[in-house]
Amino acid sequence: MGKQRKVPKLNSSSMADISFILLIFFLVTTSMDSNKGLQRRLPQPLPPDQKPEDIDIKKRNIFVVKVNSMNQLLVQGEIMNDVSQLKDKAKEFIKNEANDPSLPEKSVQYIDYLGEVETTKAHVISLQNDVDTQYQTYIEVQNELIAAYNELRNEFAQSRFGRKYEELPVELQKSIQKVYPQNISEAEPKNYGGN
Amino acid sequence: MAKIRKDEPRETPEMSTSSLPDIIFMFLFFFMMITTMKEVTYKVVIRPPQATELTKLENKSLVRYVYIGKPTKEWQKTFGSETRIQLGDAFADVSQLEDFIVTERSSMKEEDQNLMTVSIKADKDTRMGIVTDVKQALRRAYALRINYAAVQKTNNQ
Repeated sequence: MGKQRKVPKLNSSSMADISFILLIFFLVTTSMDSNKGLQRRLPQPLPPDQKPEDIDIKKRNIFVVKVNSMNQLLVQGEIMNDVSQLKDKAKEFIKNEANDPSLPEKSVQYIDYLGEVETTKAHVISLQNDVDTQYQTYIEVQNELIAAYNELRNEFAQSRFGRKYEELPVELQKSIQKVYPQNISEAEPKNYGGN
Repeated sequence: MAKIRKDEPRETPEMSTSSLPDIIFMFLFFFMMITTMKEVTYKVVIRPPQATELTKLENKSLVRYVYIGKPTKEWQKTFGSETRIQLGDAFADVSQLEDFIVTERSSMKEEDQNLMTVSIKADKDTRMGIVTDVKQALRRAYALRINYAAVQKTNNQ
């Protein structure tokens, strides 16, 4: 019988160096840009032979936001100098708290978990931009509109459940989405004066 | 009785470095987790617009990117300084976008195909005309879930 040989200990002092090299490699290749953005859904494409039809929407149900080539805003026929006002204007429109006849009509709707709720589901926010509108402005406008919806949903969640919208379970979030559905419609770009 | 020896020279004990590799490995794994390998080399300059209502893009394997911006310096000689579209690693035209989406979609698993998201990464100074063209092409290709890439707005304005 032979002697039992000892396994020589591996010198692991270079382990740190090796892992350092790997670490530095990943540090260099890492691009910290998290993929964030505004989530939107495009409407279904029209059949090629079909012309876009004029859907009949009552005037009180439309909230028109126009952006021209100079990045100026026209909201409901009025010039708006600051994008940050758009959110409150949109909220006021979507909510129609006082049942104003010039704001979207309300209808009572049964929604799971919430019971009967008065909603303005017929409302449409129409966003029209010019070919020369700057992308940043477009994103700002979209952002304000999405912010309006998010705030309304949050307010609803707070008053009903005393919690933030994001903290609610998914089913309740879906129900609240039905109370304030995102109806942002984007028209084909047109040339509204100005170069 | 305890002896108090003061005159004996004190030695600082040597620090054990045996846990150093472990610490480094921890770092290493952290970085490996958060690393997103750059999808492509940008041939266009993209300074993303700012926004506040951002949602994170989940499931990167379902996301395809469309880059819109002005060509970088080295590409301006060949492609000019007008805003261009980049698909994958190459410059493209709006007309190629539909095919690109269709091929990309068919390479996905069938159950994932309708979950495909297209992220539009456009420079903030882009004119809306080209973005709208891209959107119309995406509509025709039935890529309806889109995402406008943006960065969190900083409040220093």
